[in-house]
Amino acid sequence: MTKLPLLSLLTLIPLLGGVVVVSVGERRAAIARRLALAVAGITLLLAATLAARFEPGSGELQFVEKVRWIPALAVDYHLGVDGLGLLLILLTTLLVPFAMLAPGGPPHRAPLYRALMLFLEAGLLGTFTALNFFHWFLFWELSLIPAFFLIRLWGGTAGASAATQFFIYTLAGSVTMLLAFLAIFLAVGKFDFLELAELGRADRLTAHFNVNFGWYALPAETLTRLAFAGVFLGLAVKVPVMPFHTWLPATYAEAPTGVTMLLTGAMSKMGVYGFLRILVPIFPEQIRALQAPLLGLVVFTILFSAATAFAQRDLKRMLAYSSINHLGYCLLGLLAAASFAAPEARPTTEQAAALNGVLLQMLNHGLTAATLFACVGWLEQRSGGRRDLYDFGGLRRATPVFAGLMGIALFSSLGLPGLNGFVGEFLIFKGTFALAPWAAAAAVPGLLLTAVFLLTLMQRVFHGPLEPRWTALPDLTWRERLALAPAVALMFALGLWPQLVLTFTNATVVSLAEAWRTF
Amino acid sequence: MSWIVQQLWLVPALPFLAAGVLALTPRRHRRSAAGLAIGALTASLVLAGGAFAATLGQAGPDGFRAVVNFTWLETGAHAVRLGWVLDPLGAAMLVMVSFVGLLIFIYSVGYMAHDDNFTRFFCFLSLFAGAMLGVVIANSLLLLFICWELVGLASYLLIGFWFQKPEAAAAAKKAFITTRVGDLGLFVGMIWLYSAADTLVFYENGQGCLEQGMVTRLVATTAVAGMTLSTAISLLVLLGAMGKSGQFPLHVWLPDAMEGPTPVSALIHAATMVAAGVFLVARMFPLFAAQPDGATGESPALQAVTWLGAFTAVFAALIAVAQTDIKRILAYSTVSQLGYMFLGLGTGGVAVGMFHLLTHAFFKALLFLGAGSVIHGCHEEQDIRRLGGLRRTMPVTFATYAVGMMALAGVPLLFSGFWSKDEILHAAQGWKPSPWPFYLGVLGAGLTAFYMTRQMIFVFFGPNRTCARTHAAALTPHESPPVMTVPLAFLAICAVVLGFFGTPAWPWLQTYLEARPADLTAFDVSRLFAVGVLGLMVLSTAVVAAGLALGWWLYGRRPITDPAATDALELAQPGLFRLLHGKFHVDELYEATVVRWHAAWATLGELLDRWLWGGVVLLVHGLALGLAWTSRLLDEYVVNGGFDTACRRLVRGGRHMAGLATGKPQSYLRGLAAATAALALLLLWGGCR
Repeated sequence: MTKLPLLSLLTLIPLLGGVVVVSVGERRAAIARRLALAVAGITLLLAATLAARFEPGSGELQFVEKVRWIPALAVDYHLGVDGLGLLLILLTTLLVPFAMLAPGGPPHRAPLYRALMLFLEAGLLGTFTALNFFHWFLFWELSLIPAFFLIRLWGGTAGASAATQFFIYTLAGSVTMLLAFLAIFLAVGKFDFLELAELGRADRLTAHFNVNFGWYALPAETLTRLAFAGVFLGLAVKVPVMPFHTWLPATYAEAPTGVTMLLTGAMSKMGVYGFLRILVPIFPEQIRALQAPLLGLVVFTILFSAATAFAQRDLKRMLAYSSINHLGYCLLGLLAAASFAAPEARPTTEQAAALNGVLLQMLNHGLTAATLFACVGWLEQRSGGRRDLYDFGGLRRATPVFAGLMGIALFSSLGLPGLNGFVGEFLIFKGTFALAPWAAAAAVPGLLLTAVFLLTLMQRVFHGPLEPRWTALPDLTWRERLALAPAVALMFALGLWPQLVLTFTNATVVSLAEAWRTF
Repeated sequence: MSWIVQQLWLVPALPFLAAGVLALTPRRHRRSAAGLAIGALTASLVLAGGAFAATLGQAGPDGFRAVVNFTWLETGAHAVRLGWVLDPLGAAMLVMVSFVGLLIFIYSVGYMAHDDNFTRFFCFLSLFAGAMLGVVIANSLLLLFICWELVGLASYLLIGFWFQKPEAAAAAKKAFITTRVGDLGLFVGMIWLYSAADTLVFYENGQGCLEQGMVTRLVATTAVAGMTLSTAISLLVLLGAMGKSGQFPLHVWLPDAMEGPTPVSALIHAATMVAAGVFLVARMFPLFAAQPDGATGESPALQAVTWLGAFTAVFAALIAVAQTDIKRILAYSTVSQLGYMFLGLGTGGVAVGMFHLLTHAFFKALLFLGAGSVIHGCHEEQDIRRLGGLRRTMPVTFATYAVGMMALAGVPLLFSGFWSKDEILHAAQGWKPSPWPFYLGVLGAGLTAFYMTRQMIFVFFGPNRTCARTHAAALTPHESPPVMTVPLAFLAICAVVLGFFGTPAWPWLQTYLEARPADLTAFDVSRLFAVGVLGLMVLSTAVVAAGLALGWWLYGRRPITDPAATDALELAQPGLFRLLHGKFHVDELYEATVVRWHAAWATLGELLDRWLWGGVVLLVHGLALGLAWTSRLLDEYVVNGGFDTACRRLVRGGRHMAGLATGKPQSYLRGLAAATAALALLLLWGGCR
């Protein structure tokens, strides 16, 4: 049976599209803009096709493409998606057109800007489909480079330093991860995630390190731990986990709005994806040993990021900390699900609840955070670059539609039931409470702290007397409303009918949970 | 199963739908907005009435209960189920909420007539009503929690409806956050219950979490510190109820919520939000009351409910004594009355607490709407010291308000508050663990009569203190339009009539709610004269009379003419009055502790970010830079330096050599000759050897 290599196409289209867009030239920026949007649209359609053809009842990897590539290095070209990958593909392909419609488009070198966005999309999609470390890492890094240039060239006043910090920070993580995988390759001779996960599941990774790799007389356990630490660091920077997060507020604040939307919406999910696809399956033993401190770190992240957000005056920085907080819940559920201390019966149910919650939370956060950043972008655009908490006041009077839509996004972010944010958090806490009760209980105040700073934002920006200089602030145009409408509609849809997503993820989650149980 | 049970979801869904439509309606469609909201709620009321009728006369041994459950989502092999339930408790609440809500909606048409955001107001009101009706029919703690939070959202939107006022914006935020503190407890209790019982559905063919089997299991498990699991979960749930129902120490949001338009205050304080907390405890009563086999006395959770209620009842009544804002007095009175409801739930069970909830809903809505009528008629004046004499100018408002006041104060026999409060005191009197809740309850009853008398006298008697001072005819109070006074009349009738459904002589409501045997329902006057009942009635009558008399003696003997005059109580007890006027300084305490701690924590996080984590990053950055400089210096001065020196030497050597090449033949020949001579000598010397 000859089938279209859908996954390869999915990565290739934005890549080639980007090349075409950049070659259009500056003078025909409008054409480049439409072309880029069209490419993003085609990619979205392709992702929708993928979802339509996806077999929701199966937890197996689907649309698998596997071609031998460099046999000497055990490198295959190996692609495949399950519910997890599909979810992130859909999220990414949704966010790219949204980000392209976002406010604050580039005043100069527009074709390049849009082409870089498409390259970034290609990097993300490649990362979410690759199953062999070799090209997975290639895409992981590929996504970094366009992001760097996007921030460097179109960022705010401190864009250059933010871009450099972002790049070096993430690169440092990448380097440790690369070293770790090279060590694994030297010990095991494999790069394929699935094969490595088999080893991890059978707990034979350490044995391999012992036999093949008695390096400097370090014991095998230490070596595996080192490899684990390397991979963990690479992913922890990306998510990020405190204290590896200091690049994030500056980067999110300085990047142009569309790029921030992609960074928080899609790129931050690379880290969580890595945890789910790589870290836990390959290093179950190490996670088990370090579960308590890791959970502690995550709880710390949740509580402190929410508190620190309250101290911010720059709206983008505030939302950046809020992002850290929300992804903290993802890691909370994930680490709890990787637990083996499940008491009594129904551990798989609780693991599945936590993991389904994590997946939902990834999608929800991507949607909500991107919307919020888009809203701040519009605010910035209309007010001549202002985005300080105390710059505004009473805007709900001048711009009621804008206030309403951003209000919905804010309440979605603070986890109001009926909107999307709640379901993910509820499932995460339900699962986590059964598996790691103290961590769940300790993280609960985070829900309150989030409400405090988000409502403060609402109060300072939209409520109170209208500042005279903003009386003429224009409300959202119909085009802008249309750009926001799909996101807001999805918030309601996912909040009321989460089964829409769970249908795709549940089988995957169950097979993940089963696999993690049998470590 | 009857049609009405299947379609019960429509009761909350219709107002929700109206809210959704109104959210998208342009502002100018004012009439149709009000029409849609009122129409939707009327339909809900009709359905609720049908549901109520369906529960009548169907009492089985456990009472009537019909449920519809469905799967909301599936995770793993587990289905998260939601559903709705129709039972007497819910049916009575449904009718009350939709009826009182409807009257408030109609009243709002008049009260909000001049507001720009009229359309949006009805959108939020509908959302509020829908969410509350959802709480009432929910047959799953999860669905209840979802609607519960939506109630919180609606209250946030409505309290902050006049968002241009900074106080309103702050009050809205305070309400949401304070109730969310309690909601965290409810949330933890919910997930704990979920992990222990594996279901959050209340009733489902014996498998629900409130049914006998599951409750027995929860009681048999020990959670922490010797508490049974059911107690631990109940206490966490109680936290949520405390937040929503404004019980001490989470009561601080409720008086501030007066910043919202008055119909909102009526809705929050009577029919919807605060009732949700009491209703939650009533709904989860089987869990609260659960006791292990062999244990006697009251369950720890119910004891907590009792003490909480008794304390709050007196605490808030004391504060109400010294307030000067007409709505704030009512607000603290609500907090106090909610305390009574908790006291009733804790000592007497569901029927006792719910009876007071229902009567209170009507007379408190009446009082708030009456206060709104006063404020409306007196040009937004809310300070009772500057009102006065309205008895003559606003007769309908005065008459209805007086009915509400007497119901709240518990004036005997005719008024509903008397009967429902007596039920509570009766239950508290028979409470085994301690007599103190009863004493507190009696004290609170006296205080209630006192502060309501004070308010009545200030507002309706004496001369009008604003007009008297300014002599401005334009400021003359006027009676409100019929769209506002007719709902008042309806509520006043209910505030009287409703009490007769729960008197000891004819305890119909108690029988209905608790599914007691039908022979108890029969009308029997002799029950009024039973020893305990009659004695208590006499006692409470005496206490109420004392409160009324004291109020009159302090405030009513001489007409108050000067708005700036010192309060009579302040003259008598200045220290006490200041303490009460300052609301026991709870707000200031929170300001100085919780709020400040939170700010400090935020600053700590920021400092950690900037100096510790940022410092480490800077350090690494500095180290990297240092390394780069070192290698540069090494390059320049060691590696390059050696090379350069060698090169320089070479050049110098070359130059030296170049100095030899003079270009003069004679010097070359001289060198050649010398060399030849040296060579010859060397060879000769070597040859000799």
